[in-house]
Amino acid sequence: MAFALMGLNCCQLGKEFKTRQGQVIALEEVTFSVGEREFVCIVGPSGCGKTTLLKLIAKLLQPTSGTIAFDTNPVDGQPRSAMVFQEQGIFPWMTVLENVAFGLEMQGVGRQERHHQAHAFIEKVGLADFAHSYPHELSGGMRQRVAITRAFLADPQILLMDEPFGALDAQTRLVLQEELLRIWREHQKMILFVTHDIQEAVLLSDRVLVMTGRPGRILEEIPIPLGRPRNLTARDHPDVSEIKWHIWKMLEDQVRRDLKIAT
Amino acid sequence: MAHLEDAGRPGAQRSEDSDLGGKLRRVLPNLEQQLPVAIIVAVLALWEWRARSGSISTLFFPAPSTIIQTFARLLASGELAIQLGATLSRLLLGFALGSAPGLIFGLTMGWSRRLRAVIDPFVAALHPIPKISLLPLIIIIFGIGETSKIVAVAVGSFFPMVINCMAGVLQISLTYFDVAKNYGAGPLQVFKRVILPGSLPLVLTGARISLNIALLITISVELVAAQKGLGAVIWLAWQTLRTEELYASLIVISALGIGFNLFLQRLKLRLVPWHEDLQND
Repeated sequence: MAFALMGLNCCQLGKEFKTRQGQVIALEEVTFSVGEREFVCIVGPSGCGKTTLLKLIAKLLQPTSGTIAFDTNPVDGQPRSAMVFQEQGIFPWMTVLENVAFGLEMQGVGRQERHHQAHAFIEKVGLADFAHSYPHELSGGMRQRVAITRAFLADPQILLMDEPFGALDAQTRLVLQEELLRIWREHQKMILFVTHDIQEAVLLSDRVLVMTGRPGRILEEIPIPLGRPRNLTARDHPDVSEIKWHIWKMLEDQVRRDLKIAT
Repeated sequence: MAHLEDAGRPGAQRSEDSDLGGKLRRVLPNLEQQLPVAIIVAVLALWEWRARSGSISTLFFPAPSTIIQTFARLLASGELAIQLGATLSRLLLGFALGSAPGLIFGLTMGWSRRLRAVIDPFVAALHPIPKISLLPLIIIIFGIGETSKIVAVAVGSFFPMVINCMAGVLQISLTYFDVAKNYGAGPLQVFKRVILPGSLPLVLTGARISLNIALLITISVELVAAQKGLGAVIWLAWQTLRTEELYASLIVISALGIGFNLFLQRLKLRLVPWHEDLQND
C-alpha cells in the first residue's frame, strides 16, 4: 500500500552526521508515504531522529541516502512544505499579522494582498484582536496558533509539525489539538506531525508511524480506526487504549534503556 | 511617605497644583526621584556658600553662580556655539566613518562563518588597544591637520560597532533562519527579514557605545592637538587658569554625552518595539 497514494514518498532515507565523536547515524532506511489529505503522526522517544526526518522533507537538510518525492508538482508559487517548530517559530520582530503573512511574502504576494488574506485567516481562527501585537505579548499557546495559522495560509503541499504542542501545558494542548483538527477539516492537506505523546498521535492521525532511535528507524505502521470528523472524545473509544498500550510496549524498552532503568 | 503617594493620585494633585510643592511632586512623584535632586541642590548650595565665604579656593572651585555666568557669557557671545560646532563636526564625521564600516563588517561577519574566521583574529587583537594611544601614529600617517583627528575618532568608533553587530547576528536563534529558508527566503530576504531586525537591538547598543567612545576620543584629541573645540577650550582654560571656563565646557560635554544616550534610548524604543527588555530600559 505504501506507494499507492498520491502524496509524499520517502524511500530508504538515511542521514549521517559528523560529530566530534565520529559518525552518528540519525536515520536508517526510513521508508514511508503520506497520502493526499492524510494526517500521519510519527511517535518516538526523544533523540530518535524525528526532527531530522522533518528537516529532510523541508529541505533544511540533505539526506545522505534515499529519495524524497512528491507525486504531484506544486501549483504556481505553492511551497512544497511549511514547517511548524516546537518553539521560536514565529519572528519576535514581526507583528502577528506580518508573521502570518510571511509565507505569502516569500511567495512574492504584494503587501496589501497578503495582509488582506492574512487578516481574513486571522479573523477565522479568532486572533483578530492580536493582529498588531508582537509575539512577546502573547502566551506560548497563542504563539503556536500563530505559527500554525501561518503554515496553513502558505498553503503548502505538506504541513510538517515538529512537536508543536510539546512545550505547552496539558490543558492548552487539548484545546489546540481540537483546533488543529478543526482547521484541518476545512483545509485538508497532508500533515506529518511529530510527537512523543502517544495519545496525541493516536487521536489526531489516520496513521501512526512508530520510530525508535539510534539509528532512527520505523518499527511499525499502525492505522487508526477512528472515524472523521473527530474530536477528542474519541479518546474514550476502546480501540484507543489498546493501540496506545501497543505503541507504548514498543517504545518502553528503549526509553528504559536510555534512562538506565532495568526491565 | 503617605502624603507623597497621595499627591501622585489625580484627585489629590488638583488641589495642590497651584503651589510650588505640588508642581514639584508632579514632576518627581516619588522619594527615590526626589532624593538625588535634593542631594545635588544641597551640594551646590554648600559649594556656593563655601566659595563665597572664601573657605575653599575659587581658583579650583569657582562658585556655581560664577560658572553659570561664564556659561551664559560664552553662550551669548557665540563662542560656545563655535567650539561646540567644531567638536560635533569632528565627532559625527568620525563616528559615521567608523561605525558604517563597523556595521557592514559586523553584520557580514555574523552571517558568514568563513569571513568571521578570517577577520575575527584581527579584531580580537586590535580591539583591546586603547585607541587614543594610536594618535601619534595616526598623526605621522595623516599629518597634523583635521584628517588625523577624524581618523582617530573613526578608529575608536569602529570596534564597538563591529563587535556588537557580529554578536547581534550570532545571537539570532538558528530556528529563525530555518523558518525563513523553509518558506523559500533567498539571501536578500534572509538579510532583510531576519538578520537586520534580529540584530537591531545589539546594533543600537553598539551605536551607543561607539558614540560614547567617539565623544571620549574627540575631546582627548582636542586636548592634545587642536586649536578649536571643547577639548581645546578646556586645555586653554587650564593653561590660563580660567577655571570657570573649564567648568562651563565640562557642562557642555556632559550634556552632549547625556543627550546622545537619551537620543539612542528613544531611537531604540521606536525601532525595536518588539524587544522584551525595553520595559525596564
